[in-house]
Amino acid sequence: MADKNLIDIEGITDTGLIRSHNEDSIGNDLSISLAVLADGMGGHKGGEVASALAVNSILNDLPAELDRCKNLDIDENISGYSYQSIAIKNSIEKANSVIFDAASKQLQYEGMGTTIVVTMFYDNRLTVAHVGDSRMYRLRDHEMEQITTDHTLLQELIDRGFYTPEEAAKSLNKNLVTRALGIEETVKIDISEEIVLPKDIYLLCSDGLTDMVDDRRVHMILEENKSQIDLTCTDLIQQAKDNGGHDNISVILIQPNKQGFGLNKLVSKFMDIFS
Amino acid sequence: MAKLIITLDGKVESEYELSTENTTIGRHKNNDIQIDNLAVSGHHSQVLKIMDDCFIEDLNSSNGTYVNGNLIKKLALNDGDDIKIGKHQLRFINEASASIPSSSADEFEKTMIIRPDSAGLPESAGSSEIDKQMGQIAAKLASEHKQNTSSNKVIGKASLQLLSGTNAGKQLPLTKVLTTLGKPGVQVAAITRRPTGYYILHVEGGANSGQPTVNGEVVGSKASPLNNNDIIEVAGIKMEFNIS
Repeated sequence: MADKNLIDIEGITDTGLIRSHNEDSIGNDLSISLAVLADGMGGHKGGEVASALAVNSILNDLPAELDRCKNLDIDENISGYSYQSIAIKNSIEKANSVIFDAASKQLQYEGMGTTIVVTMFYDNRLTVAHVGDSRMYRLRDHEMEQITTDHTLLQELIDRGFYTPEEAAKSLNKNLVTRALGIEETVKIDISEEIVLPKDIYLLCSDGLTDMVDDRRVHMILEENKSQIDLTCTDLIQQAKDNGGHDNISVILIQPNKQGFGLNKLVSKFMDIFS
Repeated sequence: MAKLIITLDGKVESEYELSTENTTIGRHKNNDIQIDNLAVSGHHSQVLKIMDDCFIEDLNSSNGTYVNGNLIKKLALNDGDDIKIGKHQLRFINEASASIPSSSADEFEKTMIIRPDSAGLPESAGSSEIDKQMGQIAAKLASEHKQNTSSNKVIGKASLQLLSGTNAGKQLPLTKVLTTLGKPGVQVAAITRRPTGYYILHVEGGANSGQPTVNGEVVGSKASPLNNNDIIEVAGIKMEFNIS
């Protein structure tokens, strides 16, 4: 059965050691090679509700949205994006409306919101879309790279030259996000597409991991277990807890299935220029 | 509370509490901190305060702003930093950063959303501790995002100009977020457009033919940023990256 899937996915979400409840949500749909991770925020139960609404809304909506976008015959040379990317964007926008509407109708959920990171694998590539400070990393050729750029005040200050990334790691104002789902009627989503290679390993995570465990340690854990991504998940969660576990911790590990992502497929499907 | 102690030749002239989000320093009267000395520009520099952190920015002054002896344009300030403007010394004191009570430290770890309305920060339990003014500057940043203005890097239209090979002279617009280039079985690279700009990475091949290069530097499997006029070489073909 596993061979039929384009990717293998393992994920864990954990309350951590300090918080009373878990405001993170994770989900996946192997039939469309999709993984979703959300880190909710907002008083009372708002955070839990917002992140669960986001994940469920996308899992429910995206398969139909993919079919719809496929039939639109979108010209990639004009839109710049694959139809899959456009469907993901539409689904996230829909999730934003769902949360925004719920928050405006029920007083106890007022002001709730959530980060989101969504990735889907297809045709030797992936789309990653995100809002807020949940991240995607890639391990390739023993190098770990952060693919997404946080939408946080801190990142803004780095972009504007006030901080170096090293100084930023020590700052207090780590967790002020400048964008989130459910806060406004519309939301600006960052989307990019990346080539997938058979030996890549991808990590989606909430800030409960990255605030507790520095990138070098995360990199080591990814390297240690290599293809045993279920072990990587438990090791990452355990490391975040060993370091204090102040926040909820969520991780999703994704490994492309070798048969699905060979070079031959890449060559036949994807040579845009001077082949 | 953060403050600046202003001294000239070792004598304390005044003390200024940094209570607002933006404090300007200069020779003109309309500055928050006026330093009436010809070595100081009309609007010399400003200190931005965001919650408990302060940042100094030089406002293109004639004689520059120095922090701990280094000429700076923008810098995050640390408790005890020595700022020099003209002949004046301004010592930055930030008691908040020196000792953080545990309750507020916990508060910071909680992720909060900056909202692009006047209140700035969400009115959830505990956020009353947060200075409203600090919320406002954050809200400004957030609303810039919403309006898609200066804070968002606008990525221009990019293209490749082929410099060698049979198609030399040809212009190839990069219309897609992901473009692959090269020769199958020889060498393949990908150019990807991320929200922060264009990046190139080596994808496959190259055992016999070397790896793709940008301005002569080898491109690895980790994305490297592309700048205007960079010369890319993939599978033996040279091309120039252009971005408007």
